[in-house]
Amino acid sequence: MSQYVRFTVDGTECMGIRGQYLVDAARENGVYIPTLCNFPGVKPKGGCRICTVRVNGKLMTACTTPVAENMSVENEVKDINELRKSIIELLFIEGNHFCPACEKSGNCELQALAYRFRIMVPRFPYQFPVRKVDATHPRIIKEQNRCILCKRCIRAITDENGRSIFAYRRRSARVEVVVDPKLGKQLTEELAQKAMDVCPVGSIIVKEKGFQIPIGARKYDTMPIGSDIENMQVKKI
Amino acid sequence: MKTGVQKIVEKYGKDKTRLMDILIDVQSEFGFIPREITVQIADDLGMSEVDVDQTISFYHFFSQRPTGKYHIFLNNSAVAYMMGRKEVADTFTKELGINFNEVTPDGLVGLFETSCIGMNDQEPAAIINNRIFTKLTPFRAKEIVRDIKEGKDIDDMIVADYGDGENRSDLIKSVVTNNIRKIGPILERNHKPGQAIEKISKMTPEQVIDEVKRSNIRGRGGAGFPTGMKWEFCRNAPGEKKYIFCNADEGEPGTFKDRVVLTERARLLFEGMVIAGYAVGATEGILYIRHEYKYLQTYLESILKAARDVNYLGKNILGKKGFNFDIRIQFGAGAYVCGEESALIESAEGKRGEPRDRPPFPVEKGYLDMPTVVNNVETLCAVVKVILNGGEWYKSFGTTESTGTKLLSISGDCKFPGVYEVEWGFSINDILDMVGAHNEEVQAVQVGGPSGAIIASNEFNRILGYEDLATGGSLIIIGKNRDILTDIVLNFTEFFIEESCGSCSTCRIIPTLLKNKLVKILNARGVKQDIDDMVEWGKILKASRCGLGQTAANPILSSIKNFRPLYEEKIQKNKVFDSGFDMNAAVKESCEVTGRVPNI
Repeated sequence: MSQYVRFTVDGTECMGIRGQYLVDAARENGVYIPTLCNFPGVKPKGGCRICTVRVNGKLMTACTTPVAENMSVENEVKDINELRKSIIELLFIEGNHFCPACEKSGNCELQALAYRFRIMVPRFPYQFPVRKVDATHPRIIKEQNRCILCKRCIRAITDENGRSIFAYRRRSARVEVVVDPKLGKQLTEELAQKAMDVCPVGSIIVKEKGFQIPIGARKYDTMPIGSDIENMQVKKI
Repeated sequence: MKTGVQKIVEKYGKDKTRLMDILIDVQSEFGFIPREITVQIADDLGMSEVDVDQTISFYHFFSQRPTGKYHIFLNNSAVAYMMGRKEVADTFTKELGINFNEVTPDGLVGLFETSCIGMNDQEPAAIINNRIFTKLTPFRAKEIVRDIKEGKDIDDMIVADYGDGENRSDLIKSVVTNNIRKIGPILERNHKPGQAIEKISKMTPEQVIDEVKRSNIRGRGGAGFPTGMKWEFCRNAPGEKKYIFCNADEGEPGTFKDRVVLTERARLLFEGMVIAGYAVGATEGILYIRHEYKYLQTYLESILKAARDVNYLGKNILGKKGFNFDIRIQFGAGAYVCGEESALIESAEGKRGEPRDRPPFPVEKGYLDMPTVVNNVETLCAVVKVILNGGEWYKSFGTTESTGTKLLSISGDCKFPGVYEVEWGFSINDILDMVGAHNEEVQAVQVGGPSGAIIASNEFNRILGYEDLATGGSLIIIGKNRDILTDIVLNFTEFFIEESCGSCSTCRIIPTLLKNKLVKILNARGVKQDIDDMVEWGKILKASRCGLGQTAANPILSSIKNFRPLYEEKIQKNKVFDSGFDMNAAVKESCEVTGRVPNI
């Protein structure tokens, strides 16, 4: 069996390595599939559902689906993009996201996706949930108003013994990401920074560090999210 | 307290994949799981506190605060309400002087809601200290509260007679009745345990799989995957160990057939697991049962023991070298989503019951990352008969697409609620006749529980089968006098909201938005746009990871499709927009504080 597989995204021929996740394979072919809960080097979880594509007629998440020979993928099609847009809107109305006052503004993937999908106003009613800000840990603030429950911090960060520092608590709409009381206190400077970096929104903020990069010079201030992939020179395998 | 917890943790070999068992034992010993115990369990297992807490806080029957010496969990399913649940609930709150989700100040009684407990044929029902109480009335509720206040033992509070069959046995002693109304080739009484095990011991595993494939039997949980193919995939998947799971987590409101099989045909079920184990090459089977059926534990353990005594389980079964298989029982702790096979596996590993992404499928990478078959209770029972009588025999029942028989759990507005074993291919009309529900008195039938569809009389000629109305077996009959939107659709939507694991954005958020729309319409504030929005928003759920999320809008979508006039008669005809905002309600609190009246 060859190590390489051929697949198509919206009719364009692509090549990938067998077993590679679809988002990664697509990226290497210069195709951007929007993601949010996915993070390089971290086991995917298919939680946000934004990377949903249609594979051989079936809705699948591109971050968890390995490429296979002759896979036919629909990505930039009207109904899929509309689905993604509605999911981004859902994440906005579920929490309390006030971009102008947020430390992460300009570096925030949720905000960047909202711009990319040209969201003016969400179709869903704001839920205005009452949520807490947990500032009890010496190095970080866990801002629950902004948490989109993507599990990136949960999956990416554990202590040296594999114990979780961040974890889900409860279920249904009551679910929240909490910080371990003991391990949160012992969080190293390095892990605290990593936690802030993996958080796609401004829910994990290292104390006294939120505004180190000035607004205007941030990641998505000049270029839409995904454009780096789309403008990439694709090397042919 | 400390040594008690330590003992429990050691009983399960300090194995963190047995966290569910540890927590179930702690909960039952202390009545709740206080924070210091959580920390101690975490330390003993080498986990962090939040690792343990995420499992505890996921399941309905784990509590982090005291639940009372007597804890009453009153079922809140739609059929419970149809059978008078509201009056019973009101009696409990009045007699106890507390609301739901509260404990009396003296710590004696806690009162809680719970999703369908698998007693739809004998509602209203409750679980009190792991014992089942059925057919409750306000009078009975008063008696129960009186007995509790007198400090009676829970077993002495069951004043009525015990139920039928094994429910009367010393190891169950329950008031639950089986209500087996129609017996077919699977439920028939004459089965001699062990016959099929003897037969397969002279066959090769491949021959066993071939016979099952020949029968064309498909999974009875609802999804309908061909059983023989599933076994073959698992047999061929690389893995040093393989597992057979029996999914007895029937949580779909209105389903209770597995309860009856576990009570009356447990030997048959275990035999089916042995067959599956032999066919697949697995040596360990796990029966995952919902917590609501914990009252069957001692009885089921005794049957397992008896099977070991005659070497139907254990090592070198019936003298055949290398034919090793044993079964352990894993209880859940109250989560509908664990009926989804990968969530069930996560739960059995001690974690939150969150469905996994697929691929990989459990047959490739399941329990402890090993190839795993998850089969429904009914499927495993049926394969025993397939082995004994042959695949061709099995195919003589049912239709071409859907072979064999199906156990139906029928409840609601009919004379004879209970379990019926019928061949696939029965129409809804046939079934209404069978259960004593007159067609003209029936407004609707909910097929397949909340995740299925609600259908009107113009579709009662449709047939049950994978080719038409596929179902896991729950049928709820809804009479003419019921208010479908309030009694059924709202109840089911609230069920989905409560039971979402919360991991997918879609399933976590949309059902609440749909419910709010529905309530707005019920409050006479709806407009046509609200119906259109529900239809559009409901579609987004199709992008969810598991069946729960994908079907969470079905109560609303299928009722809009089949009962649209019910919505249209409630919306405002002369308005195109209504925010639904209620000024009086919004200022109520501040008016109360300031002593003013709303100036509107």
